[in-house]
Amino acid sequence: MSGNPKTLSQKVSDAHIVHEEPGAPSLIYIDLHLVHEVTSPQAFQGLRDRGLKVRRPDLTIATTDHSIPTTDRSLPIVDPIAANQVAQLEKNCQEFGIRNFGVHSEHQGIVHVIGPELGLTQPGMTVVCGDSHTATHGAVGALAFGIGTSEVENVLATQCLLQRPSKTFRVNVTGSLKPGISAKDIILALIAQIGIGGGTGCVLEYTGSAISALDMEGRMTVCNMSIEGGARAGMIAPDDTTFNYLHGREFAPKGAEWDAAVARWRKLPTDAGAKFDREVTINGDALEPMITWGTNPGMGIPITAAIPEPSSVSDPLERDALTKALKYMDLQPGKPLAGHPVDVVFIGSCTNSRITDLRIAAALLKGRKVNPKVRVMVVPGSMEVKRQAIAEGLPEIFRAAGCDYREPGCSMCIAMNGDQLQPGQYSVSTSNRNFEGRQGKGGRTFLASPLTAAASAITGVVTDVRTLL
Amino acid sequence: MKAFTPFESRMVPMPMNNIDTDQIIPARFLKTTSKEGLDKQLFCDWRYDSDGNPKPDFILNTARGQNAQVLLAGDNFGCGSSREHAPWALTQFGFRAVISTSFADIFKGNALKNSLLPIVVSHDIHTKLLALPEDAKVKIDLASQTMTLPDGTRVEFPVDAFAKTCLLEGVDELGWILKRAPAIGAFEKTRVGSINTLA
Repeated sequence: MSGNPKTLSQKVSDAHIVHEEPGAPSLIYIDLHLVHEVTSPQAFQGLRDRGLKVRRPDLTIATTDHSIPTTDRSLPIVDPIAANQVAQLEKNCQEFGIRNFGVHSEHQGIVHVIGPELGLTQPGMTVVCGDSHTATHGAVGALAFGIGTSEVENVLATQCLLQRPSKTFRVNVTGSLKPGISAKDIILALIAQIGIGGGTGCVLEYTGSAISALDMEGRMTVCNMSIEGGARAGMIAPDDTTFNYLHGREFAPKGAEWDAAVARWRKLPTDAGAKFDREVTINGDALEPMITWGTNPGMGIPITAAIPEPSSVSDPLERDALTKALKYMDLQPGKPLAGHPVDVVFIGSCTNSRITDLRIAAALLKGRKVNPKVRVMVVPGSMEVKRQAIAEGLPEIFRAAGCDYREPGCSMCIAMNGDQLQPGQYSVSTSNRNFEGRQGKGGRTFLASPLTAAASAITGVVTDVRTLL
Repeated sequence: MKAFTPFESRMVPMPMNNIDTDQIIPARFLKTTSKEGLDKQLFCDWRYDSDGNPKPDFILNTARGQNAQVLLAGDNFGCGSSREHAPWALTQFGFRAVISTSFADIFKGNALKNSLLPIVVSHDIHTKLLALPEDAKVKIDLASQTMTLPDGTRVEFPVDAFAKTCLLEGVDELGWILKRAPAIGAFEKTRVGSINTLA
């Protein structure tokens, strides 16, 4: 090693600089561009308008996830606007020569589930997608940014992105998680601590014993919600857990190339002595199940805590925000959220729809029934997750418990496809956003882990899963 | 893209922190494959009741919300998703600038690519702007990176130098990147060629 000690994100970023000149951001190369139906049509049209091609169709992969129904895939899409959008992606991929894991592909799934699952996202890569949850791919040690449609067009045309340097922000999670506590609780606790704008301008790097002990899918859950803390990206240094996860996956290197890749990847972790612009520590030993009560992901509390009082906040706009959130959610400050009735439980989304998430939920639901007043939706993240779940007998467990087990997609996380809350309904959701109307106009979302979601499904009220373990 | 020129406008105050992109334009409107026609969907769920009638107390439905080109919002404006539909909807409604104490990163980048100027001001200036009378106008000049208040106070604001040039010249990034194609080609020669073996 030569030069100054560097962080993981600086190493990946520096290795991808194509061009630098005074007065301009760095031009950085993108190793993998993931595309979906919602944020790409206008970008493809932009290429057509300028007479441009996709520079590297071989580094571009598309799938369909946001707009598609999670019902029987052999049926046509009923919503004509959604059907048109899905058809448009298929047409664009054909015209520009892009591999599309579309509606009927065996690889279809939520874009941030299929990337790692197929071994497409690898340590040290730069990854972009027109989707803010692209940070998910940082779990394998990739530098992964969510981008807008103009940048989707830029990357399609040039395979490059203009980037100003990010600040580095280390999140050290010490100790070990107690039973009933999972990756989701780590990230909800972090966002509650730093606020939803706390990571603005930063790339987060998650370190510490509680992070190292997570399996890859738990790491994806943590990195996924980096954007909910305002961060540009979130990363975890690749280690044996990463390599064991990637080994043998469809697009991962094979044979001698695998060995050479692992040798390169082992050099990626942050150097001793590298300085971060900012650091926070979270005590993993003391974490409790976390749940949000309000209308942004920073409005989270331990499940044993009371909903905060606006009068305890000095900043007037912050106080107004709490008051407005309490009104929207129709909740009383000073009272615990635990015990609050629930109408819907949603287990799914790019945050928590992987096989591990489904296993954890199924283990709690096995031999139990969900409360008959609660509609419980379980939506696997991909066709591969669906196949694996079938192999493990999970759909039978969910159905026997009274859950609605569905086809892969983003589903009620973003409520674009007809899966949505009715006005006034409360949900416990394993997804990532509790903004007003996010899961359906007038719907009210409590964000939590798959364990908390499954526990609340059984009891019909917001529940501390530790009472059921 | 049209060149960004100086202008003077009243402000539409929305003094709320963390206005997220799901409020700016709800996700159910993202099934479109066009950039156009989004102005009616701007702040849709705050702007219209469940029957689609305008809510009279929402600022965009009042006289103050008409024909103003500057939105004065609370901290961390544009947090949430990467949807560029948010700046498309704001500009189609007529906004040319948003003033806040901070912006979410992706929104800020998207706004700059669509001739919507995100102006970051201090808490003190923000408070002062919110206290101005309804008909007060601010002058915004990107070239000098200044905003002039009715009392003549000039407030400087930061803008990325590259984005500023693009806005003033009315050009986008893609043309600039395309001119660097030789550098991109040279970089690619140092890389292995497919996803199977990359990184």
